[in-house]
Amino acid sequence: MGLAALILGLSAAAEQPAQAGGGTLNIAMTAGDLPAMTGNPDQGFEGYRFVGYNLYDSLVLWDLSKADKPSDIKPGLATDWQVDKADPKRWIFKLRHGVKWHDGCGFSADDVVWNLGYSADPKSPQFNPAQFAQARSYLGNFASVEKLDDYTVAFTTKVPDSLFPYEISYVLMISPCRAKELKYNWVQYALHPSGTGPYRFARMVPHQRLEFVPNTGYWDKTRIPQQDRLVLIPMPEAATRTAALLAGQVNWIEAPSPDAIDRLKAAGMQIITNPYPHNWTYQLNFVKGPFTDKRVRQAANYALNRSDMKELLNGMMLEGYSTVPPSTPYYGHPLIYRYDPAKAKALLKAAGCLPCKVTFAISTSGSGQMQPLPMNELVKAQMEAVGFQVSLDAMDWNALLEVTRAGVDKNPDISAINVSRQTQDPFNALIRHVWTKQWAPKGSNWGHYSNPDVDRLVEQIYNTFDPQKRLALLTRLNEKMNEEAVMIFVAHDLNPRALSPQVHGFVQAQSWFQDLTPVTVGP
Amino acid sequence: MIRYILRRILYAVPIAFGVSIVCFALVYIAPGDPLETVLPPDATAATIAIVKHAYGFDKPLPVQYLIWLGHVVTGNFGTSIATGRPVILEVSDALANTALLALFAVPLAFVIGGTMGAVAGSFPGRWIDRAVTGIAVAGVSVPNYWLGIVLVIFFSVQYMLLPATGMGPNGSTGFRLLQWNSARFLVLPVITLAMIPIGILARTTRAAVAEMRNQDFVQTLRAKGLSEWAVTRHVLKNALPQILAVMGLQFGYLLGGSILVETVFTWPGSGFLLSKAIINRDVPVLQGTILILSLIFVATNLVVDLLQPLIDPRIRRG
Repeated sequence: MGLAALILGLSAAAEQPAQAGGGTLNIAMTAGDLPAMTGNPDQGFEGYRFVGYNLYDSLVLWDLSKADKPSDIKPGLATDWQVDKADPKRWIFKLRHGVKWHDGCGFSADDVVWNLGYSADPKSPQFNPAQFAQARSYLGNFASVEKLDDYTVAFTTKVPDSLFPYEISYVLMISPCRAKELKYNWVQYALHPSGTGPYRFARMVPHQRLEFVPNTGYWDKTRIPQQDRLVLIPMPEAATRTAALLAGQVNWIEAPSPDAIDRLKAAGMQIITNPYPHNWTYQLNFVKGPFTDKRVRQAANYALNRSDMKELLNGMMLEGYSTVPPSTPYYGHPLIYRYDPAKAKALLKAAGCLPCKVTFAISTSGSGQMQPLPMNELVKAQMEAVGFQVSLDAMDWNALLEVTRAGVDKNPDISAINVSRQTQDPFNALIRHVWTKQWAPKGSNWGHYSNPDVDRLVEQIYNTFDPQKRLALLTRLNEKMNEEAVMIFVAHDLNPRALSPQVHGFVQAQSWFQDLTPVTVGP
Repeated sequence: MIRYILRRILYAVPIAFGVSIVCFALVYIAPGDPLETVLPPDATAATIAIVKHAYGFDKPLPVQYLIWLGHVVTGNFGTSIATGRPVILEVSDALANTALLALFAVPLAFVIGGTMGAVAGSFPGRWIDRAVTGIAVAGVSVPNYWLGIVLVIFFSVQYMLLPATGMGPNGSTGFRLLQWNSARFLVLPVITLAMIPIGILARTTRAAVAEMRNQDFVQTLRAKGLSEWAVTRHVLKNALPQILAVMGLQFGYLLGGSILVETVFTWPGSGFLLSKAIINRDVPVLQGTILILSLIFVATNLVVDLLQPLIDPRIRRG
């Protein structure tokens, strides 16, 4: 049937959008498929970047307007939030007036309560397990939500949580109006999504392309999209993305491979890079094996010549010396393990680990993993030069994620895992890697690091609601993590993307998310 | 003959059954979680347990298999975890796009490969034979994803004659075969896809023809004074059953879609669908696609087996 339709369908050349002057922005994503459109998207933060924050808003958004400093949170569907003076487990959020869903319904406190049922309460009729899975990482501390009046809600957390506004920034709000109209059929919802975001859904060809048009009634008048149409195309193969840009089929590609950069520049393409909260590190085994000894962890860090790594990647990385990039507000003055092979050898000798046998679980590809095979080979060579003996256990990305989630107990003989992490907010950047309460499989502390000082510091951070005081504590935590050498720090990605010379007005924020609304495509 | 056909069709049932068990088991032997797409990388054990229960993945494997099989025999292949769309719709959409490639790659490969092989086989040891054999070996040996990328660099990037990727500005829904604007998206993937079958067919045909030419009956034909052209006709006719069997396999191969070629060209066919389902561990799509592709393979071989006695009466089926 489908084939017959393809062959016989001579009529109806597909609609061409009327050009209002802003042009059509065609983006080739690295994702293998279109991200889910029923709220919190899949396909990692690329899904949030292109679909999530374009169709939808959260109560708290990210300020993506500047390139020169890391993005922080800003008001979204909520205009203001305060912790309850009488109860540190209670947050009061004031909601924005006059916001309309794409379907025309008005946004109010009932919608917020409904959305938390959608993604967090298995007993509510609108509960969606896929959304639960996506949102759970951000709602681990969420206990309940109640409506105080039409434009005020109160969230209760399980324990005092000064970082709650960051956590709620990842929870996107979908229209209950549309969901009820479609009788909670989420497949249908994905075909007729309705949010409050700056873009409205126009059409979709499953697996192939997704088209958005500007939401001209968007509540933030400074962020009404300047282009006429935004087209998102999944294109997982890096060489294909490069060819598509060079052949003029798209005008924006994500993550060109480092060896294509020179070719793209020669063709006049704009190569845009900026540090962002990403790390490429090894999380270590603190239960069994050589890395239980701090001297061995420090030796591994001293063994790495990160400028060689940068050369390997054609300059497309920032040398990594800490969990977070230096532009992070809580970076502080951490102990820097600059390349020093003599010191590395001495530390290994002092630790009595020669040759120091370690096994790294690595992936062949994967989200944020950069060029995992050559990078791991280089790390292995550099570490072996100072007395380590490294075996690389390569597996596919999903298998590595499974090892990561299961934690060190299931894989005691693996000394380290090479999993890139987003470090966008204090919890994801620091806390989850070292807090005892985050031991895998409960959380992301894969190697079961535990340190009473660190745990006390984390509790203090959660209980400190004054941002300046909290910043000082976070800085201390980052410095402590370096001093303890809790990871082998290698690189931060520079988030390269290539844009055709016709693309104007893009400002690359220091974030996993980006604002596409000011972009135009012209001559 | 009727009994033979019935028997062959009945044989296909246990084969399909075996295939279903193997494909179900394979998916579970591979590491990785079937709920990969809906779970974020840092999902906790408690979250995974709740979601597994919601999707029915917490039941024992044999139970899951029987539930799946029960649905399959009634034509219900389940829904994709990643997209929520019915698997049958996912597979049929993808198969239609792959069939479009096969529609052109099959005749291209059969005509070029067959002709090259027949010519080479008719002149064994001569320069034309050596040239054809060289081309055939190259066709079989060149990795097709590499060839695809090279063709793209040459025709799309360097000379901008043909598009590099996809099915056109509106995807498969806007594809119109009889309009050059759409059809030009087919050219590079079809050539890339046809390269291996061209090589295989050229080699098979050459071997079959050359072997036939050494048979006693050819001597007899020549002794009877038949023209060289008439002798060649006899030789080709006798070589055909062997060639047909290989063609059947290649037809199945092309219809199955090539994961590599479809990924390089972002062609939304069954190969691309499979690769996505593997990466995402989208078990229902994976099982449904493998099963349907296997059944197509079984059906193609059945058709070839039935065609052979029509061409060669020496092959009696009874």
